[in-house]
Amino acid sequence: MKRHLLLLAVTIAMAGCAPSAPRNTGVYLLVDTSGTYNRQVHKAEQIILYALSRLQSSDSIAVACINTGSFTEKDIIAKTTFDDRPSTANKQKRAFASRVEKFVDQSTSAPYTDITGGLLQAIEFLNEKHTAHKTILILSDMKEDLAKGYVRNIPLDFRGFDVVALNVIKLRTDNFDPREYLARLDEWRAKVEKGGGHWRVINDIDRLDGLL
Amino acid sequence: MSMTSLLTFTPWPAVSAVILLILLVAALYLSRDTAHQAIHGAADVLSRGLRVASHSVIRAQERLAMRNRDVLLAAGREAKERIVEREFARVADTVRKDLAGYPDMHRRLSEAIQRIEQDQEKAVEVPPEAPGWAKAVKVVADLDARNAGAEILADIHKSMVKAHVAAMDDYRKASSQRHTLLRRMMPDWRLIQETLGRVSKAVESVITRSLAIDRHMEQYEAIVRGEDRAVSILSSSSIVYFFVSALVLAVATAGTAVNFTLIARPMAEMVGGTNFIGAYRTADIAALVIIMVEISMGLFLMESLRITRLFPVIGALTDKMRVRMMITTFAILLLMATIEAGLAYMREVLLSDELATSALLRGDNSDSLVNAHLWITTAAQMGMGFVLPFALVFVAIPLETFVHSLRTVVGLTGIAVLQVLALILRLLGNGCRHLGALAQRLYDLPLFVPLWIEGRMRVAAAQEVANAQEART
Repeated sequence: MKRHLLLLAVTIAMAGCAPSAPRNTGVYLLVDTSGTYNRQVHKAEQIILYALSRLQSSDSIAVACINTGSFTEKDIIAKTTFDDRPSTANKQKRAFASRVEKFVDQSTSAPYTDITGGLLQAIEFLNEKHTAHKTILILSDMKEDLAKGYVRNIPLDFRGFDVVALNVIKLRTDNFDPREYLARLDEWRAKVEKGGGHWRVINDIDRLDGLL
Repeated sequence: MSMTSLLTFTPWPAVSAVILLILLVAALYLSRDTAHQAIHGAADVLSRGLRVASHSVIRAQERLAMRNRDVLLAAGREAKERIVEREFARVADTVRKDLAGYPDMHRRLSEAIQRIEQDQEKAVEVPPEAPGWAKAVKVVADLDARNAGAEILADIHKSMVKAHVAAMDDYRKASSQRHTLLRRMMPDWRLIQETLGRVSKAVESVITRSLAIDRHMEQYEAIVRGEDRAVSILSSSSIVYFFVSALVLAVATAGTAVNFTLIARPMAEMVGGTNFIGAYRTADIAALVIIMVEISMGLFLMESLRITRLFPVIGALTDKMRVRMMITTFAILLLMATIEAGLAYMREVLLSDELATSALLRGDNSDSLVNAHLWITTAAQMGMGFVLPFALVFVAIPLETFVHSLRTVVGLTGIAVLQVLALILRLLGNGCRHLGALAQRLYDLPLFVPLWIEGRMRVAAAQEVANAQEART
């Protein structure tokens, strides 16, 4: 009996002292700067500020732009992991908001749109952070336009990821044939879900409740 | 085999049904005694089992009641001992305070009385009377007038008047002296009166205390004798104490929650805001630990002051050690209260920072609107942070009462539950017995035809036997 009690006590103590599972969140925002979508970049600031207000200590956030070749760290505009202490995390948030504001003011248009490369970079970044919840936000029209020589027909591993396409605007051609727009979204949905992820589309960025 | 197929063993289903019914009734009739025995046996077993269980529960309830009674009496005895001890301490205080100066008071009283006696002795000294001239005057008056008695009488009269004046002067002086002496006695009388008044008050106080002690001793003796009335009084008191202490503890818990809110957020700055132990944030646990340590220190302080008696070890410490413990626990409490005040201030600073960041992220530029009266809430939070640890010290008193009364209340609840359980078991036992009888009657219901025939046959047989006996006689 005593042995059983001792065993129970040791088990409870070990369970109590064991490192708990991560509870933090990782957010990676891809901002499309190609072509006409560059005009929508100012909406990225609104989304980032919303994300910053929702994130807590130990959470991670990165903002990268989608341009001709996006599978590179050079396209990451700002990234940070918030400190454990709330006061330091607040300072980091203010600094991050300031960097994003600067980017929005100085953003230039890119000739091509490498969404897959950006997604690959996002997956790599968030996997390295080992966050409990991983969310990739894509502010784009979701029309991929690769430059010659870029190979992107590779399978993506979206297991444990939430992929949210934001403000997916309709192109001029979509107005002629809406099927193109729907087919484009379906194609991305299939790609994400095939990779084990969860896909969502939010076009009204004034209603971001429940995004994070 | 379905019902339809059963009804097809003759070409006519109705006939088949009747035959089946007759067979069934016959089978039931033949197995009636066995079935009745089985039903009766089953009901009896269940009934007896439930009654045995009911008896066991009643015995358990009696044991629990006995134990509860012992606990109540022990608690009551202890409480009365404490009260009597306190009354004796009060009597001792009264005696020490009022009667400690008795030798001095006695000396002063003796001196005052001695002075009064001396003054009285002096006061009773009667002034000298005028010389006794009366007889001489009479002798002279009886003399012949021609012997010049008149002149002598005139001289005597003169001398007498003179002596009378002198005597009156002496008398007045003596009276004046007596009055002076009597006046001098007044302060002594007052002193004696006051002193005796004080003594009377002290004695009355001691008498009152002794009456209270007598009353408590009577109650104590009743408890020691284990009288039912004493148990009843103790039981009702215990329930009242339980609810009152529970109420106070609920208030203290609310105070603890407020205290926790004050320090949980700034604790995140110290131990990190995202560390978890199990399912709980480390910062929350740290804040709770601080509050628990404060409450523990409060308990130890109260124990050191001998206000509560939850830990006999502390109560049994030497006075010197207790005083040291008192000082140590108070110092720790003071330190904790200061830390809490600091954390409460930090909370306000963090809140302001967080609000400013939120405003920035919302794009709200109204951060320039600074509340000029913010210092009031900051000061209030700091004050609460400092005062609450000391307020929580007094949790020890209701906690002790709660712990002591809990045993009795749990015992009383257990007794009530066991009583209800015993009643239910008894009812179920009786119910089983009656259900068995009912089941036997229900079994006989479809057998009314054979039973009626059996009854008729039995009557006929009895009639036959009676006729045969009559024929023999």
